[in-house]
Order: sequence, then C-alpha cells, then structure tokens
Amino acid sequence: MSSRLPQEGSRINREKTVDFRFNGKNLKGFYGDTVASALLANNEMFVARSFKYHRPRGLFSAGEEEPNALMGIGEGPSFEPNIRATEVKLRQNMNVASQNHWPSLRFDFLSINNVFSRFFAAGFYYKTFMWPRAAWKYLFEPMIRRASGLGNAPSEYDEEYYEHIYHHTDVLIIGGGLAGITAAKALRDRGLSIMLCEKDCVIGGRYLEDSKIEERDRYKKFHEKSIGILKKSKDISVKLNTTVTGIFDHGFVLAYEENQHSNKASKKALWKIRAKTMILCTGAIERPIVFPDNDLPGIMLAASVRDYMQKYGVLLGDRLVLTTNNDYAYKTVIELKHRGIDIPVVLDARDSSDNPIIKEAEGLGIRILFGKCIGRVEGKRKASAIGICSVNGEGTIEELIPCNAIAVSGGWTPNVNLWSHCGGKLLWDGECGFYKPDPENTPTGREGETNMLALGACAGVFSNYDIQDHVPRKINQLASRLKIKSKRYIETNVFSKESEKKTKPVFALPHGASKDKQKRMYIDFQNDVKVSDLQLAVQEGFENVEHAKRYTTLGMATDQGKTSNINGIHVLSQSLGKPVDKIGHTTFRPPYKPIPLGLIAGQYAKKLFKPVRKTPIDKWNLLNNAIWEPVADWRRAYAYPKGNEGLEETLSREVLSVRKNVGLLDSSTLGKILVKGPDAGRFLDLIYTNMISTLKAGKCRYGLMCNEAGFVFDDGVVARLNDQSFLCHTTSGGADRVYAWLEEWLQTEWHHLKVFIVNLTEQYSQIAVAGPKSRELLQTFKSIDLSAEKLPFMNFIETNIDDIWVRIYRISFSGELSYELAVNSNQAEELWNKLNKVGKKYKLQPYGTEALHILRAEKGFIVVGDETDGTVTPHDLGMEWIVSKKKKDFIGKKAFSLPHLNSSIRKQLVGILTLDTNKVLPDGCHAVEDGKAIGHVTSTYFSPTLKRSIALGLIENGRSRKGSTLEFEISSKESIFAKIVDPNFYDPEGAKQDG
Amino acid sequence: MKRYSLSSIFTEAFRDNLGWEKAWTKRQPKKEYQIIIVGGGGHGLATAYYLAKNFNMTDIAVIEKGWIGGGNTGRNTTIIRSNYLQESSIGIYEKSRFLYETLSQDLNYNIMFSPRGVLMLCQTEHELRAMKRTSHANRINGVDTKMVAPEEVKEIVPIININGPRFPVLGALWQPRGGTARHDAVAWGYARKCSDFGIDIIEQCEVIGVKKKREKIVALETTKGNIKAKKVCFVAAGHSSVLADLAGFRLPIESVALQALVSEPIKPMIDCVVMANTVHGYLSQSDKGELVIGGGADGYNNYSQRGSFHHIEETVRALVETFPVISRLRQLRQWGGIVDMTGDRSPIISKTPVDGLYINCGWGTGGFKAIPGSGWATAEMIYNERPGKLASPFSIDRFSEGRLIDESAAAAVAH
Repeated sequence: MSSRLPQEGSRINREKTVDFRFNGKNLKGFYGDTVASALLANNEMFVARSFKYHRPRGLFSAGEEEPNALMGIGEGPSFEPNIRATEVKLRQNMNVASQNHWPSLRFDFLSINNVFSRFFAAGFYYKTFMWPRAAWKYLFEPMIRRASGLGNAPSEYDEEYYEHIYHHTDVLIIGGGLAGITAAKALRDRGLSIMLCEKDCVIGGRYLEDSKIEERDRYKKFHEKSIGILKKSKDISVKLNTTVTGIFDHGFVLAYEENQHSNKASKKALWKIRAKTMILCTGAIERPIVFPDNDLPGIMLAASVRDYMQKYGVLLGDRLVLTTNNDYAYKTVIELKHRGIDIPVVLDARDSSDNPIIKEAEGLGIRILFGKCIGRVEGKRKASAIGICSVNGEGTIEELIPCNAIAVSGGWTPNVNLWSHCGGKLLWDGECGFYKPDPENTPTGREGETNMLALGACAGVFSNYDIQDHVPRKINQLASRLKIKSKRYIETNVFSKESEKKTKPVFALPHGASKDKQKRMYIDFQNDVKVSDLQLAVQEGFENVEHAKRYTTLGMATDQGKTSNINGIHVLSQSLGKPVDKIGHTTFRPPYKPIPLGLIAGQYAKKLFKPVRKTPIDKWNLLNNAIWEPVADWRRAYAYPKGNEGLEETLSREVLSVRKNVGLLDSSTLGKILVKGPDAGRFLDLIYTNMISTLKAGKCRYGLMCNEAGFVFDDGVVARLNDQSFLCHTTSGGADRVYAWLEEWLQTEWHHLKVFIVNLTEQYSQIAVAGPKSRELLQTFKSIDLSAEKLPFMNFIETNIDDIWVRIYRISFSGELSYELAVNSNQAEELWNKLNKVGKKYKLQPYGTEALHILRAEKGFIVVGDETDGTVTPHDLGMEWIVSKKKKDFIGKKAFSLPHLNSSIRKQLVGILTLDTNKVLPDGCHAVEDGKAIGHVTSTYFSPTLKRSIALGLIENGRSRKGSTLEFEISSKESIFAKIVDPNFYDPEGAKQDG
Repeated sequence: MKRYSLSSIFTEAFRDNLGWEKAWTKRQPKKEYQIIIVGGGGHGLATAYYLAKNFNMTDIAVIEKGWIGGGNTGRNTTIIRSNYLQESSIGIYEKSRFLYETLSQDLNYNIMFSPRGVLMLCQTEHELRAMKRTSHANRINGVDTKMVAPEEVKEIVPIININGPRFPVLGALWQPRGGTARHDAVAWGYARKCSDFGIDIIEQCEVIGVKKKREKIVALETTKGNIKAKKVCFVAAGHSSVLADLAGFRLPIESVALQALVSEPIKPMIDCVVMANTVHGYLSQSDKGELVIGGGADGYNNYSQRGSFHHIEETVRALVETFPVISRLRQLRQWGGIVDMTGDRSPIISKTPVDGLYINCGWGTGGFKAIPGSGWATAEMIYNERPGKLASPFSIDRFSEGRLIDESAAAAVAH
C-alpha cells in the first residue's frame, strides 16, 4: 500500500490541499504534487492498462520516462489524452481518468487479450486474419481498430493559444543538473550569450537528493550560491520547464516550454533556437532489470522510489525489496531504512561489491544477497511477494518473501537522444552496458564543425565529484578551441570524492530463464514487448535492430523506449549470439518529448492561417453583397447578386452590362512585377516566348511564358514604362510563383544580367472599365482624352482623374472596348467610388470573376490553369504566333523541337458547341471516340450573350476536327453531342475591342 | 515454407512458437545469377516475386545495401490510391491497387490492405474543376471514384471542418477502394515469398561498381564480392542516380527529403485517408491508433534523411486548420526519406543505355501505392527485354522526346 509520510517533501506545500478527481473518485493532494505523486499518496497503485494485453499497470517512474501511467486529463476543449501522470502538476478540480479499458479500469473486457496472450505473440497479425478476404475489411480490422489506440480523441475544438518564440544564442546548455550549472558558470563573462534550458521546474538535477545527510547542508549552500551566480550573470538566461526536444541541421533547436500553473491551464510555447554551440548535459535515465512478472503495479525504478519520498513525501510501500546490479541503488534502501521502512532483502545480481555503501546498508541491518535476483512476483493487480532465485539458473525459486513494493535498478543509461538527432554517433561502453556519445563523431554545424559537447552523466561521467572536476576542464578546452575570450575557469570541488560505484551490465535475469518465464519478462511496458517476443523475432529472421523493432514494436510507444531500448538491444544481442556493439541501435528521432500539434502550428492558426489577402476594394465588395471566391490567398468577388436574383440571373446581368453598356471589375489581384535595368529587355526576351525588348515605351504587349519543357506556365500583358523598366502582369494565382521563377533564373543562370525585379502586386490596384460605353464614361473626367488616336489598343497613358494618379491601359480581356486603370492602392477605393458614381448614367454594373470568365470564354481567351494544365504548348493553344522564330533562345525553345511536342496527335484548343444549345457540358468531361478518351472540356458556360452553351476544350487533333460532332460522356449512362468549332464565339474580327 | 494459418498459429501457441521458420533465408551471394535486382525495398522485391510467379524465373538475387524495406518502403504514409488523371498513370496505379486487394492471400502474409477510402478535398473553384476532370478520366478508364458534396465529406469524416474559416470544402474526389496497408509487411511478405521461390535475398550488400563489356552489363562489384549477372535491374529509390553514375549514365532525377510524422496513438477518430492539397497535408489513422501525417518535400537536394522542421510545421498547420480537434494530440515521431524526383513527377521503368541493365526509379513522393504494379511491369520488362503496355509510357526516353506524363493538373502537390 502506498501512502503519504507525515512530513518531508521538498516540492509540496502541505498547507495547501488540492482537490482532484480520478476515475470519478474525489481525492486530495497537496500543492506541488504531480498527478502521479498525488495518486500514490491516495494508494492508487493500479492506474493504467497496457496497450496490447490490457495488463494492470502502476507507476513505474517519477519522470519523463514513465511508460505506464498515461492519463486523460481535463474536460471539454481542454481535454488531453495520453498525458504522463509524472509530468503534470496537480491542479484544483483537475479531472484525471485512466485509459484503454472498458467498462472500467478494474474490470476491463479486453483484459481477455491477456488470457489468450499465448496466441498473440509478436507479429501474429501478419500470419492470420486473411480468410475470408472480405473479413479483414468488415470484421477483423474494425475489431482491431476499436481495440487500438490509448486515450480517447478530443472531441472539441482547442481554445488554447500557442506561441512560437525565436531566439539566437552563442551557447545553448541543455540540462540544468550539476554539469549544466557548472558549464554555465564556467562560460560566463566571456562575452557569450548563454541559454540554459531545464525541463524541470527547478535546476539542480539529482545532487541534492543524492547527498548523504551529513553532506546535505554543504551541497545546499553550493546550490544556492550557484543559483545566485546564474541569476546575477547578465549573459546567462535560464529557461525552466523547457525541454529541448529536437536538434536539426545548422544548430537549429526546438525546445518545448510548458508552464504549469496551479489554477489555470498550462501555457505552452515552442522555442526555435539557433545555437552556435550546444552543450549536452541531459544526464541519464535509470533502467530496469528485466525479470519475470516485472510489470505488476508496485514495481518501480529505485531512484524514483526515493524521488517520491524526498520530493513529495510519498512512500511506495512499507515493505520494499530492491533488486539491483549496482551500488548507487543502495541509496534508496538506506534512505528508506532511515525512515524505519522494512527492507526484507536486497537482491544484488553481482557476485560481490567492496563499495562502502554495502557496509553501510548491512550496518543498518539490511539483508543483502549477492548473485540473486527475482524469479517470480506474486500478486494479480499488485505485487505481494517475490520469489528469490539465482541469477545463473533457470529461475527456481529458493525463497518467497512477502513485500508490497519492489524497487528495481539496472544501472543508468546516458540520455543521448539529442546527440543522435543531427548526426552524432554513439559508442558502446561494454563495461557499463550503455551507449554514450562518441567524441570523435559529433553533431556538426553548417561548416562541418563540431557544434555539440556532451558533459556529465549523458557522457558517461556519473559521480558529482568527477563532474565538477571535468566540466570546467572541458569548457576551458572548448573556449580555447573556439577562440573565445579565454579565461581559465577554476572551481573548488565541494563534492566528496566517493569510491567508484560499479554496475555489472546485466539486463534480463535470471540468465537461463525458461520459456515460460521469458513470456512474463516485459521489456517495453507500454507495448507489451517481452523477452520471448524479441526471441521470436530473431528466430523468424528479424535480426536487424530496425527489423526487430518494427516486428515487435519495441520502443515505438509514447515513451519512445526510454526505459526499454538498452534492455531490448541486449536481449537481441544474446538471442543472436552477437556482441551488442555489432547490433547497433535504432535511430533516435525528434521529438524527444512529444509536442502538441496545435503548438507546432503555433500562433499562425485560425485567423492567421494563410491570412486572407484583401484588395483595397474589399470593403465595398463586402457591402455590396459579393460572393467570394478564393484565388491563391486572395479573396475575390465572384459575383454581386442583387435582391432575389438567382446566380444565373446575376451572371447574365453582369455579362450583358459589359456587352451592352459598361462593367467595372476589381482586378487588383493581378500580379505586377517590375523588371528594371539596362538588361531588362534581354532578360524578358529569355523569359517570354515572344519578343519583348522591341516594345516601345508607352505600349503593351501580351506575353506568354513557358517552362523548360515547353509548356505554358503563365501569361499576361507587359507594359514598357520607359527605356529600362517593364511592368509584367501575371495571373492572380501565379504572381508569387512567377516572381520566384524570375528570381531563380536571374540568380542561378543569368546572374550576369543587370536586372532588378520587384513584386509590386500590392502597390497598385487595378480596375477594369469594360464595355462599349467605357470610353464615354471615362471621358466625363475632363482631364483625359481617350480617343482612339490618342490611346490606341495596346497602349497606355499616365494621367490624373481628378487628383488621383492613374495609368490607363487600353487592353481587353472581354473582347469589348476596355480600359484598365492602375492606381496607387491607397486611392483605389476612392477611384472605384468615383467611377461607380459617374457610371450610373451609363448603367454601369460591377462584375465579378465568374462574369469575367464567361466574357473571356465567349472570346476564346485562355486562362492559365484552365486551358492549360502543365502539358499544353502554345501551339496546342493555336498560339504559334506568340512563339518567336527570331529569338536565339528563350525558356522552352529547345523543347519545341522535341518529337512529341510536334506529334500529330496532340490535343488542341477548340471551341465546342453542344447540339442542344441549352445543355451545358459539365466541367472536365471527356470526349470519347471508340470508347477512348480523346480530350476534355476546359471551360464551359452558358453564354448570356449568345444565349446558348459554349465550351472550350483540348481535343486530340482538334483543329482538323472542326465541323465534326463528338460525343462527350457526362456519366456512365449519358452523353452530350457537340460540334467542334473555332474557339472564338464572339466578334471574331475583334472590331469591338479595337474600336 | 511453413504456411501461416489459424491452425499453425494455434499449434505454435502451444509449443512456445518454436516451429516458426525464418521469414526469409539469409543468403550469401553466389558467383553468378541470371538476374540481379539491386534494392531490397518493396519495388525490388515485388519485381523479383513477379519474375518468379509470372515467368518462372528463380535464378535471381535481390541485393540490399542495408536491411529489407529500410528505404522508402518503410518510411511512407502507406496511402494506396489510383485516382490519377493521365491514362498511363491510371494504368499502372490501378493495376497496383488491384493487386493489393489480394496481396495478403497471394503472399500468405497479412499486409493489412484496408480499403477504407481516400478522400481528396477540393478547396478552391479551380481545384474543384480539376478534380471533376479527374473523376471523368477515372470513370472512362475504369477507376471507381466519384465526386462527393461537402455534406457527404462531413459524413465520411465527421472530424473535418468543412466551413473553413479559410478554405471551405467545396467537394471531394472519393475513391472508396483506396486506403492504406502495413508498409513493412509488404516488404516482408514479398521477401518471404521470394525466398520460398528460391530467390536469394542478400542484405548488407552494397553495390560499389558496375562491370560492363562493350556497353553490356556483366557483373556487379559489391561489398560482398563480385557477382556476375546476365541482367541487372536497379530499384533503389533515393540513390538511383548514385547507381546510374556507377553504370556510367545520368538520370533526370533530383533527390530530396520528404518527411512524415505520427501522433501518439488514440482511439479511432478518422477512418479513411484525407488529402487536402490546397492547404497541403494528408492524414489517416493507423490500426495502432496513430495519426499518420504527410506533407511537402524539402526544397533542396540532399541525402540526409532529415528534413527541415518548417515543412513539418506547415503540414501540421494545414491539418490543424482542416481538423481542429487534433490540435491537442501530440507529435510522437518524425522521419524523412529520400525520394527521386523526375521532371514530370512520374516514374521511370525503363531500359538503360547499358545493355542488360534496367531501371525502376523516380516514384517521387508516391511510390508505396505502386509497389505491386511496378514490380509486375518491371518483371515483364526484364523477362521480355522490352517494356510491356504498363511500363512503356514510363521509359526514360520520354524526357528526350518531350513525352512527359504530368499529373500536376490533378494534384496541386507533387503526388
């Protein structure tokens, strides 16, 4: 039975109680408790079910390595599944629930899996569930899916605010234990910026907890002095509650900050740090010894037993057995014994030890058996007794000892994940039985230079004395290597020199465990991977460590194998009869600590997710009932319905007003890229298929761009502003793409050209005034003369309308007489309003993008992305006139000579007129001939002007099919027949736009 | 080979599973083979399998630099679909999807193909039009897909946010017979069956040189010695250009890192695969309960199998926008694979300038779904010494002829 001690607990405040609920029970803890310590204090030892066999599980550790105690915490929008109880501070009225069971934790239907576990060995699912075939989809998989997963998925939207914080630092120290603190002190006053990230809410690591009673005051003094120094030093910033979770190329570091408050939800931030040098002081994690029945509640890592006692005043049990292979673990039983706890026996897997700590333990009356280990644990939902056996045998029980708690320690594993994230290699230390950073193969920075140094326990240096001795030395070496302001740092070692604590590398005991025992020896608790599973994997040829991991799922649970990796590798090595260093290890990958997806998304979510780009006329559009259409990141007015109009009526009204009177279009989203410099013309001749350099100032020319493969990429009007400046208009969706494309060519291929480009899309707004009355309308502004002589088609002028500067292009995308007015964006709305006001007289109607599309389709003008799809050449579009024959080179030219681009069966742009004039072809439907598709519809509309359906399409050999009728399949049952015609349905001579 | 069945599982359960054999036999190379397949991923093993199954060829070695299935076969998001736009693509991907349907039974290995459906969202008018075109192309070419309305999307995927706020779902292309499979099992299943056919699977064997005689292949130099062969096929995505270089020719391929990630496992919240191309991310939930998430490839060439974090960030942001309830779930693991990118983002299954040397590469970001079809078509090409109907559109000379197979109209992302 676990319980709270009457005093003690460095982290809790006994004066403040905290109420919380666990599985519906009202419980109490203290301020400062973690959920784990509070559960233990309330004698909740059985707190979870495992993933596969639904076995009862208890708390196994006190930290981030916890494999068992995953909880669903919170309610409603703040509910979070799979939270490690050991990492969450208790909050008032917190709702905590265990997971992966039905109907309840104690009576779980799926614990039947445990009864049939003999059938569910590693990889069994690859061998069955195959018959009958349909059963996988309809029976087996739904069954497996229902059983899978751990916690419940949240069902409500998250309301938390997540933040990303950017930080640059010369040195990042990862971990605030003794090594990290010493490194920070040694690096200060050298003109460096230093950041220290500590995952816990305090710095200091384990040295206070590990100290002997007589040393404690001395260490505390040292601790306070160190904290004082760190606080005072202006060059050091300490971030608590911040776990460094990923190391990427070029010293890019991710750190996850989670500040937990006692009364409100935690606050999370993702730090994106660029560090020139990183110092890894991540310490070590205790690893268990694997023994039969080692997964029962009541079994815990030895140091964690001590942590609960010292930090939270919580006792795992009052009759505790320790099984170990090292001297350090004795600290736990000594501390417990000092508090009067019964320690019936310590089982030490070694033959002997001459460390004084053994004498000390014996002196307290603790019975120590060398060469022994646990061969069996009694108890169903909680350990109640252990059977002692010899480490070398098959596990015959020699003696049964009743107990209610078991502490286990198999030594410590350096925490090397971060070292490996970005290319650092690891060395196997056979003497200690762990991997440690290879100082010869470090993570490297941008120039291939070493950018990480491992110090302290994570580098395999465990004693406090040694750490305080070696850290300053290493830092001084680092300083001289990096040629930083050199100032030898010397620190008096306050720690007592201890005799060396030895660990015998044993991993799974007893060595000769029978098959039956191996099936009860758990390596990975969360995923229920046992010694027998790894052996089966090896037997079936999954010998490579990656294969074994994937076959058994070892180390793939949410704890990422923090307590199971090394034991697994060792069992693998034994099964294969190969030394461990020949086995290797699986790749450690970010994140070290799982990061909430919402936090990864950061503040750029919801309204800030791809922020909507709005034109200066957006407000007017909004007030005038616009229906929106997203175009790239813009929103554009699709149409402006009036009153009770149906959409078709609206479109018809908008189109006809352009055809008969005049229409007004907000075309501000049009891409506008200024290309400037002595070589601008030369550059654009390389970019466009047609000649641009010959364009005279004041004139416009329609231009087409292709990619290297000869396919149309973008199009638009180029205006020559003056000798050295061209303003290139692009499609709305293509502006950014074209801009990047121009930059890429300029920077990588034609860097010798004297050209600058700048994206002016948002500087100018553009308003199209289109329709037969457009000239009349604009001329009401007395200042301008727009007569055909003054401003012919494809010319522009710069002038003022009232006091507003405008550049008026006479261009047309509708086939009507039309002007496009470029205006500085801050005056666009004003101009728009003026035009609207004056336009009333001419029955002016604003029109949206859909009317624009109908108008251009009536005219047979292409839209890049509709008539083109990355496989269409200018020739396919019947636009060979725009491909220069004179120019020596331009992008795409080479491709035009390739055989397939000149093949006789290419799809060509045609007009399509349905035989039934009222039937509009569906978008994207295909023409079929002899059951084969021979082309498809690219744009299809009902034309209000022609009062019939029209379409454009790409049809194999389309131009030679003119006049013939084709079948367009619109569903498996229905077809529409249509005639192939020229793709220009309205005013083919162009008299109107030229007029 | 011991058959996997309910009764064998039952028998083995009562004798401590001691009767199970090695899934595939570990071999050392012989001096000579008829055919050597370089690359022990899904595509390579499938090629060897269909050579044996369809053409009775068994004097084959599959050699692998690392471990079977350790490349992109074991690093992808396991999506299987064939809702392509171009006829040539539909041909090979639909063949592949069709073979996946019975692959577990064919291999006697449960590769867990689960046709729970693939949903491709349309979030702009333009995308909607393009997807409608794809659905027509699919119907005419015999691929079972249909356009579904936003309300149906919501019914299929209740956790989706169809009303925006940013990009409302305007519809989707639904392929009910698409889905996912267990990626490792595909490699292991093929390997086991190959081994059963007598094909040698040789791991930890890297090709370090190619021996030619008058532009004909004669042998490979490997880290396990020289191995002679009449025919060789390179099937080594990620490192195709490295091998081509050894053989003395160049490929129109760039190698870039593509990343994926999984969340911690949770109880089922989404049944099918959802691909959101406008915002750029895709999502499914594995049988273990992890959300499997993928997105865009890195913008620069490299071989490091590590990607840059901002791609993960953009992908996750897109998915949190589309599925707001996932925002409190946590990312458990991320990884990267090196993908071959061709100019038109379509694969290469082709003869090479070296006589007797064939190549299968360039699957870009979507090779997993193609494994059976690709193996089928490649085996046919090697056996007949010329590509068959499925493979011929994908020959390498399409780049010099301009005969590109570009799917970009069908998917805003690389597919």
